[in-house]
This record gives sequence, C-alpha cells and structure tokens, in this order.
Amino acid sequence: MANYLLIESRDPFDSNDTRFLYDLAKQLAQQGEAVTVFLVQNGVLPARAGARADGLSELAKAGIPILADDFSLRERGIPSDRLMTGVKPAPLDFVIDQLVDGCKAVWH
Amino acid sequence: MADRKTLTFALMDPPYENARSTTALRLIHIAAKRGYDINVFAYEGSVFLAFANQKPHPNAMHGRNVEEENHVLTKELVSSLIQETRRNGGKVDWVNCGLCVDERGAVEAVEGVRRGSPADFLKMAEGSDNTLVIGTRG
Amino acid sequence: MKALNIIETGYRATLEEQDDPGVWLSYTLKSAGGDVDVLLRGNAVNYAVEGQDATGLQYGTWQQTQPPRLADNIASMTSKGMAVFIVSEDLQERGLQGVPLVKGLTSVARSGLARLFDHYDQVWHW
Repeated sequence: MANYLLIESRDPFDSNDTRFLYDLAKQLAQQGEAVTVFLVQNGVLPARAGARADGLSELAKAGIPILADDFSLRERGIPSDRLMTGVKPAPLDFVIDQLVDGCKAVWH
Repeated sequence: MADRKTLTFALMDPPYENARSTTALRLIHIAAKRGYDINVFAYEGSVFLAFANQKPHPNAMHGRNVEEENHVLTKELVSSLIQETRRNGGKVDWVNCGLCVDERGAVEAVEGVRRGSPADFLKMAEGSDNTLVIGTRG
Repeated sequence: MKALNIIETGYRATLEEQDDPGVWLSYTLKSAGGDVDVLLRGNAVNYAVEGQDATGLQYGTWQQTQPPRLADNIASMTSKGMAVFIVSEDLQERGLQGVPLVKGLTSVARSGLARLFDHYDQVWHW
C-alpha cells in the first residue's frame, strides 16, 4: 500500500480540472491506498465554509484527510475556524515531511 | 549527518508570473532549514529565478523608494536558500536547463547555480529520497 | 476616454510582486490622470476581504518586509475616487456573503455587466 500526497494548487472557480485531482483521490482511497489531499495557493479557496465546494466535500464525506496550507489561508483571509467540515489547516512543512517519508507526491 | 535526506525539485515557472514559484521556494526553504541535500532542476522559464541581472525598483504607487520597497528579487532568494542549506550542513545542486537558458538568453546566474540538462534531472531523481515536480500551466 | 479595468485572476504572483499587477496598474493609470474604474470578478473578488495577512515570508535569511496588502490597495482606489465594482455571484460562490469586505464597493450582478460596460469607452480585461 502506497502513501499518496495530492497537492492541489488550483481552485474549481478558475479551473475545471480540479475534478481530476478530486476523482483521483477517491479512486486511490477506494483502492486501499493511504491518500492525503493538501490544498495550497488558490486551492484553499473552496475550503472556506459556505463556498461552492462540491468536489471537496465529496472527499471529506469519503473520509479522505484534507489539509490546507495555513499561510495560503491567512493570505486569503480565511480564518481556520471558518473552514469547511473535513478540512484542517497545516503548515507547508507537512509536504516536506511526506516527501522524506517516501510518499508519492503529485502536484496539480 | 548519517542519513541526510535528499530531495529533488523540478520547476518550470518564471518569477513574477505565478504563485507556483513562490510556493516552490517556500518548500525549498523548509528543506534548507533542515539541512537536507537539495537538488533543483530549473526547467523552462524557471531558469530566470536565479538570473543575476535582476534589479530592484522603487514603488511610486506606495511612495516607497528602492530601499523601502525591498522588492523581491528571486536571485536573492535563491542565493539565500543556497547559503541557508550550506549553513545547516546540506549541499545544493541547482541546475538550469541549458537549452532553456540559451533560448531565453538567461545566461548569467547567481553563484551556486550551474548549467545542465535533463540528464542531470534524471540522476538527481534517481539519487534522491523523493522528487517533486511543480509543472506550469498555459 | 473612460476605461474599465477588469481584474479576474487572484493571487497570481502577488507575493513576489508585492502587489497585484492589475490593481497596481489601475491605480497608477488613475494617478497619471486617467479616468479608470475597476471591476473585480472571479477569484479577484477575494481581494476585497478584510483580514488578509501575507506577512512573515522568509527564505533563508531574507525576510519580506513589504508583503502585498490587497484589501488596503482596493480601499485606496475607492478613496482616490475610482469606482470599484464587484460581481455579486462571484462573492456568493466563494462563501463571501456576510464576510467583512472593504467599504465603498459597488455590487453588480453578472446580468448587469453588459449595461455597466456601456458606460465605458474602453473595457480592458487583464
């Protein structure tokens, strides 16, 4: 079983390709792989509570851990207590931790 | 350090065009603080990150002179990251893709950056604990 | 000549430029005597959010001392007499209804854009 880190830098408002990463995350999880989704840059925009975030909320419902870069959140004025259910803030260090642990990291 | 980690980053974006270059340098900063060995393969427009001829400017909109503006020059960030890595016991191999340099005329790079090719990236990736590719978008 | 600058992309290189280039250019054109207003749409509507904080970036020993202050820049435009329009549906989609925004903005629905454009000689989408 591999450990996957899927890094989403894009948002569904500006890109219709976020569906690629969201679907990939679900597929990998269904396959039994350990998957974490890490949102960064505008990828954190749909994580604001109340935003249109169908794809992201599907991941949360499927129990896939979703982390959001705490700097990207702060930069965009998204307080950590105003995040969509299932999304937690995390430092960017998490990505480096996962890389040195040997995860398969895919940047989107 | 007996089992010093080695990470490779492949970049594509030029500075001042996208948030990806900023995030890439943030990631490298974390690895540098930890004293990891760091490889960077700068491909396409990212060869300009270390371009030695970048110059600062004032910002009249905000009423700031050159010193006050302290504008980001990515060549300084690259130099700072190379020094930080070395200070913490790590090694940096920052390679600009040669053909990308040639077609863009981005010949002059800061100290610590060398010219190379995709063969270097392959060697880097094969010799690293892990590799992160941050691709660009149209 | 009356121009409407449309700013759509949000946070594209703002940390390195220490400004949003579209916002910066609009303000500078106004300062140079231009008759310029701004429409924020797409992800750029987030620039109107109060409480954005991009401080603290550091690379090695290099520390950023002038992070972008996008909400302040938007507020400066309204203080300078520029009309700043913001697309209401784009705010809603991003969960920004009820979130404190910069004062003095004029909300416009997508259905109202054609009528808005009629008031300008030039419409520039950056």
